[in-house]
Amino acid sequence: MEPKEQINTMIKLETGIPGFDFISHGGLPMGRTTLVAGTSGSAKTVFATQYLAEGIIQFDDSVVFVTFEESPKDIRRNMIGFGWDIQKWEDEGKWTFVDVSPEPGMEVLESGSYDLGALLARIEHAINKVNAKRLSMDSIGAIFSQITDSSIVRSELFRIVYALKELGVTAILTAERTQEYGDIARYGVEEFVTDNVIVVRNVLEQEKRRRTIEILKFRGTMHQKGEYPFTIIPGEGIIIIPLSAIELKQKSSTLRISSGNAEMDKMCGGGFFRDSIILISGATGNGKTLMVTEFINGGAKNKERCLLFAFEEGREQLLRNASGWGVDYEKLEEENRLKIVAVYPEVAGLEDHLITMKKEIDKFKPTRVAIDSLSALERISSIRGFREFVIGLTSFIKHKEVVGLFTATTPTLLGGTSVTEAHISTITDSIILLRYVEMFGEMHRGITVLKMRGSMHDKDIREYTIDGTGMHIGKPFRNISGILSGNPMISTASEVDRIKDLF
Amino acid sequence: MGKHTLKLYVTGQTPRSQRAIANIREICEKETDGEYELIVIDVLENPQLAEDEKIIATPTLVKFLPPPLRRIIGDLSNQEKVLLGLDLFPNKKNR
Repeated sequence: MEPKEQINTMIKLETGIPGFDFISHGGLPMGRTTLVAGTSGSAKTVFATQYLAEGIIQFDDSVVFVTFEESPKDIRRNMIGFGWDIQKWEDEGKWTFVDVSPEPGMEVLESGSYDLGALLARIEHAINKVNAKRLSMDSIGAIFSQITDSSIVRSELFRIVYALKELGVTAILTAERTQEYGDIARYGVEEFVTDNVIVVRNVLEQEKRRRTIEILKFRGTMHQKGEYPFTIIPGEGIIIIPLSAIELKQKSSTLRISSGNAEMDKMCGGGFFRDSIILISGATGNGKTLMVTEFINGGAKNKERCLLFAFEEGREQLLRNASGWGVDYEKLEEENRLKIVAVYPEVAGLEDHLITMKKEIDKFKPTRVAIDSLSALERISSIRGFREFVIGLTSFIKHKEVVGLFTATTPTLLGGTSVTEAHISTITDSIILLRYVEMFGEMHRGITVLKMRGSMHDKDIREYTIDGTGMHIGKPFRNISGILSGNPMISTASEVDRIKDLF
Repeated sequence: MGKHTLKLYVTGQTPRSQRAIANIREICEKETDGEYELIVIDVLENPQLAEDEKIIATPTLVKFLPPPLRRIIGDLSNQEKVLLGLDLFPNKKNR
């Protein structure tokens, strides 16, 4: 029988790869070899290199890189763009290569039986030389082209994995896959490294590439399940976005802040909550950007810091719009009350946007964040990717205890909902609807607070007007129904009185 | 034909290592008229030498001279392959 202590003590080694330690509940199983399988171009080599690089940077570990495919020269050159100066680490004795890459033009004949004892001796030598804690082998498939007898390779790799365990080294072994959803790896590699398997994917989904990582199994230890999107950023490497792993543990504040519009505050029962997410939905030209402007102005007046992400209009246009309503964005920026980040959604993938936005928020430390509009981001992603983005962003904002104001454009002029609303409505705390109302051949505008979590709010649909000084909310529509569905029906005054008398 | 310069990389004193050493000595004695230099390297004792020469499998025989540089992996029990790899032709007097 195995000693009892071995059963319950699966310790993990923190990798330092952003997000990975979260989805893996602490890192890689210590002293074990983990298989990282993926198709060509799925970032296996980056993962294997980053695991070592973060070990040196964050934990001062010594590392060994066994390369089967690319030459050390190529790896040094390819990885410098992530800010990993391998040559420097080699000079410092922190990084050692074991070069098993094929030599062009080298003739090899086979005569009789052999094993890979020399490879094992070299790996052990490299580990002992620098007292390495981490090791990566990338990528195992290439050795099958050098050694023709694959059964020897398999049994020898088993021996190497066993030896690494004896040496207490935590290792990564990468292997190729031929398809995104199918066999774990080529050559049956997973048969000898069965305990821990990670799959990295680079899937084409609705004409967009989407990278994900999945921990298939970690024997005897907990981890998050399913695929997690990740992105690769120059100068940083892989960043995993642990979306569904987010816990709903943020605090709730009862502190109210002004929306920047006194009448709006009144409708919301005294203003927005300090750490809430507010969605403003409306058709184009309905005053969403105006509400954002008032929201920012209100914050600035209160000596708060506001961050505005604009995905529909350029900087100059935003400045002009705001000055039309008497708000001087440029001055606010000078006073460090405001930061405008205006980019087109198409410049980056959604994962990259999320990471840049998080960074901006961390850097500027705003108390108010506005996004105008969230629905502009819909068009650069699949629905699934968009949903993950929205969840990731809102939970991040809530954790920072920042109030977030998002706008969403409805696809039709009268009523209707957008994809944004469908995915975000349950995670927002408040929803404000802006609607066009057609009455006797005239366009009127209606506003209503559809939902306000944790507070009483005005249930009326009120008429509002927009002029050079901003938004003015007026009286409720009384003799009209069907505004939200986009089919306003006008009732006569006597009908209204009759209904009133009924109750 | 010039002198053969050979290195044989083995792992420890295993039967396979000894077999490889015996096989190459026999072939060289017979086919080069003793005109050869053989260095046996135990990679367990000198792993850096294996690293420098990028040796993966053991035993590996490397022919440095005459050119071209060539490798033969295995215990060298297939004589024909070894002769081919070393560019040697069976000595006529032994026929």
